[in-house]
Amino acid sequence: MKPLNTLKLTASALALCVAGLAQSASAETLRLLTWGGYAPEDVIAAFEAETGHKVEVTLSNNEEMIAKLRATGGGGFDLAQPSQDRITGPQEEFGIYKPMDLSKIDESQFIASMLAATKANTTVGGEVYGVPHVWGTSGLVVDTAKAGSVKDYTDLCSADVAGKVSYRLKRPTLIGFAFAMGMDPFAAYGDEAAYSEIMAKVEAKLKECKPNVKTYWSGGDELMNLVRSGEVVASMAWDTGGWKLNSDNPDITFVAPASGALGWIDTFVLPAKGQADQAAYDWINYVMRPDVAAKITESAGNFTASKGADEYASAELKAQYQASFPPEAVDNIKWYPPVPAGLEAIEGGVLDRVQAH
Amino acid sequence: MQAHARLGFILLLTPLLLWLSLLIIIPHIDMALLSLRERVGVAQYETSPANYLTFFGEPLYLRTFMRTAVMSILATAITLLIAFPVSFYIAKIARGRVQSALFLLCLVPFWVSELVRTFGWMILLRETGVISSLLQYLGIASGPVEMLYNDAAMMVGLVYTSMLFMVVPLVTTLQSLDDAVIEAGYDLGGSGPSVLREIIIPHATPGIVAGSIVVFMLSLGNYLTPTMLGGKDSLWFTQLIYSQFIVRFNWELGAAFGFMLLILSSVIVWAMLRLTGQTLEKTMG
Repeated sequence: MKPLNTLKLTASALALCVAGLAQSASAETLRLLTWGGYAPEDVIAAFEAETGHKVEVTLSNNEEMIAKLRATGGGGFDLAQPSQDRITGPQEEFGIYKPMDLSKIDESQFIASMLAATKANTTVGGEVYGVPHVWGTSGLVVDTAKAGSVKDYTDLCSADVAGKVSYRLKRPTLIGFAFAMGMDPFAAYGDEAAYSEIMAKVEAKLKECKPNVKTYWSGGDELMNLVRSGEVVASMAWDTGGWKLNSDNPDITFVAPASGALGWIDTFVLPAKGQADQAAYDWINYVMRPDVAAKITESAGNFTASKGADEYASAELKAQYQASFPPEAVDNIKWYPPVPAGLEAIEGGVLDRVQAH
Repeated sequence: MQAHARLGFILLLTPLLLWLSLLIIIPHIDMALLSLRERVGVAQYETSPANYLTFFGEPLYLRTFMRTAVMSILATAITLLIAFPVSFYIAKIARGRVQSALFLLCLVPFWVSELVRTFGWMILLRETGVISSLLQYLGIASGPVEMLYNDAAMMVGLVYTSMLFMVVPLVTTLQSLDDAVIEAGYDLGGSGPSVLREIIIPHATPGIVAGSIVVFMLSLGNYLTPTMLGGKDSLWFTQLIYSQFIVRFNWELGAAFGFMLLILSSVIVWAMLRLTGQTLEKTMG
């Protein structure tokens, strides 16, 4: 291991020099690793004018965020926004985040219940690592004129929509199908054997369902194209995707599945080697203001954990939300609990086998 | 004087050595060590060949591995079959400006990125796409025809993407063939096929081998085309590597897969060279 250590040292020394050069040029830069729509141009401009910090945005998704931070040991970014269920596992495994200093955050701007839940879900070793930002659900996008029969994930496998459905080959699909098949994967999170058993049943179902699927979508735009062109009439998707399509074509909308939509909360976390913590806290406090949060809702399509921001939301979005979520559907939302480290390997095997089937 | 020459030699060699060691050798050593690690608990690792055992123990991985190799060889063969007449026409039959214009036409698609080129094929082949609409308009098909998301579409994409890398070496070697030699072949009573077999192909072999190696490597390592055009049935080995690294956080298995791919491509290229009686020196020299 000795020569490798020297190599690693040399490499990190080189990397440090490069990073140092980049750093000294702009000390107040907030490097934000986030999702599309979470940091709209006008919000960034107003924030920069008010605080003097500069914001650099990198767009990503959950898996890539963690992969990027893991590659650098938590460096390269000052603020990241993974979902709340993907914080404790990667933190225990790779140590890529640092604890939040909650005294620097204006907690009164948050919806209290959501803040408390996120804190509880992102606590490792007594330290809180995340606060909530944007939340939403995933469920079904359905062209009600052509596929009115689709009410739950498993309906995607029925013969009357054969060849016209799509979903992602990712973990939300596995979880969604497990619930629709009457099982509770979240309850089995702590028990790898029980979880493997549930996943084996889901695998069999997805293999059987495969001839029905037109293609497995991988990006939001790809799905939009498939549904807009009418090539796909029902798909697993995020609520915002459904509402965007609904604005173009009233027949298409987001449907909360009978077994419950899956609820996610994207958070703010500080990467372990972030270098602009103050700017990060300033950004969090700024975007949680109700009027600013409403702008983010406008651009991302999803509601935020900011208290009072829904008063500013557009009437159209409110109407779409209420149509998709009658009160009982809201109560039925299944919120993702933290994913224990190691479950991904089980899910990964299932997904590979389904694709290759 | 000698010290000067020595210094010059070292200075000239430095970029190459830096390139090789920083970008190729060191990352590969790191990958090799990574691939020999096994996760035994939260943030705990042990040295073991477990990842390679996983690879050989799971039929899915082996099947994908072989499928990728066979499809890449097929793509290389199809590319060669299409590119050879094209290159021959450009090198031997077309003259002057037509020659340059034809060569340029082969280049033009490569001015846009691979992503755009692949998306172009999606627009053509999809159910609501150009070809499907045309077939319906002409009355040949009664309903929408789906041509995307299968192996044939993926093959079209692979061949299209790598065509240029076959045409360029072929044109170069064919241009170096003296027309007089071909004429002599006919004068000595050779027919079209026998001239092709006895004179043109032997002369072009270095070009064929060089082009085939490049095209094969490009196809084997392609990620975009199988993902976009292949759809739900196409599992390409690079996709497995990507998902291990990015989606599953399983760098150890991903690194092992990476090494298997490296070994596979080396073995196939070596076998191809042996089979055609070529050496790497002759091909590249």
